[in-house]
Amino acid sequence: MTPTGPDAPLPVALRAEALEQLLTERGLIDPKVMNGIITNYESNVGPLNGAKVVARAWTDPEYRRRLLDDGTAAIKELGFSGTQGEHIVVVENTATTHNVVVCTLCSCYPWPVLGLPPSWYKDPAYRSRVVAQPRTVLSEMGLDLADDVRIIVRDSTSEVRWLVLPERPAGTEHLSEAELASLVTRDAMVGVAKVEAP
Amino acid sequence: MDGVADMGGAPRWGPVHPPRRHEPVFGEPWQGRAFALAILSSRIACGGVNTDAFRHALERLDRAAYLGDGYYGRWLNGAELMLTERSILAPGAVEARARNLRGEHVDEPPIPEPDRPHYAPTAEGSLRAVDTVPAFAVGESVRARNMSVPGHTRLPGYIRGHVGVVESRQPAAVLPDTNAHFLGENPQHVYSVRFDSRELWGADADPFALTVELYESYLETIS
Repeated sequence: MTPTGPDAPLPVALRAEALEQLLTERGLIDPKVMNGIITNYESNVGPLNGAKVVARAWTDPEYRRRLLDDGTAAIKELGFSGTQGEHIVVVENTATTHNVVVCTLCSCYPWPVLGLPPSWYKDPAYRSRVVAQPRTVLSEMGLDLADDVRIIVRDSTSEVRWLVLPERPAGTEHLSEAELASLVTRDAMVGVAKVEAP
Repeated sequence: MDGVADMGGAPRWGPVHPPRRHEPVFGEPWQGRAFALAILSSRIACGGVNTDAFRHALERLDRAAYLGDGYYGRWLNGAELMLTERSILAPGAVEARARNLRGEHVDEPPIPEPDRPHYAPTAEGSLRAVDTVPAFAVGESVRARNMSVPGHTRLPGYIRGHVGVVESRQPAAVLPDTNAHFLGENPQHVYSVRFDSRELWGADADPFALTVELYESYLETIS
């Protein structure tokens, strides 16, 4: 059988191209609109938005209070809102409490602050296991928590989207808000990592 | 609905994949195209954004279509299912075009007459105000109903029949179970319910807490 023979499986990329062509020919989609969506999620919407939120909360106690009180409104103050961010609840990780977020039913994720989810978040292994063995899963991902740290798993089963406010690392008192934002990773804002001092 | 998409607690998935730094948003160009196509197809098929209907389409993919083509392949397959069900596409249209794109010469099916649902969301997104008094109070013990749902639901299997405590009340929202099937928005109160790991997984489980958001009709009073 040749790779291009009639029995060869159709690559998913080719099926995507076919669907795009069929819908474009009938005027149901506009390739310019498609390109705009792709560029927006590749360039504008991403974890940097969330990192700015975290850095602001670390440097401004009033903002931190508002953020934990009404995450959606406080995040909107910095200009971030939209699809998959209608209602964002921010929870704080501390030395004794650790929140970690998952969506076991699909891959719900707070797009306006973190962008589209990374591959590990969408992986069946993460979706199935973190709700049953969070400490083991976090350890496999490189985060070993002390035995006395209380873990709270947040399964995103409705339209509530969770954002974890990570602990500010020690030794960062001299850093500016922008420098702090550059330390904050997407993984820390989902709760599978901590933020490290530079 | 019960099936491959409801993964919480499912065994035998093996080790997780540790995060990679600087992972691209779309690993391959087609993934970005599939993402945008899915977003737009959902609107074309429904006449409005119905995330619940899209999720239900994903849930109804067979195991190969759900898992085999990866996350964005799943989105592409879900989009094709919605468009075919609403007669925007004829069955087999995408496959025929793909074969022609790679140089085969096959007949493509004629374009069918669209059959979209009568659907008009009452507002953007899924949050809605409801004027009924909430049935459950913060701090109250509640049981997740032990019901198998043939259609769409956001009540995960691993929670069903278990007792938790209402941690907080969230904004009311459109009920996915009816909205996914274009049977009305039926907005309900939504509760964050906290479960103890040993309640969910048995006395030998690692100690931890877990919260899920449950719509009011998913819950019952502890008698």
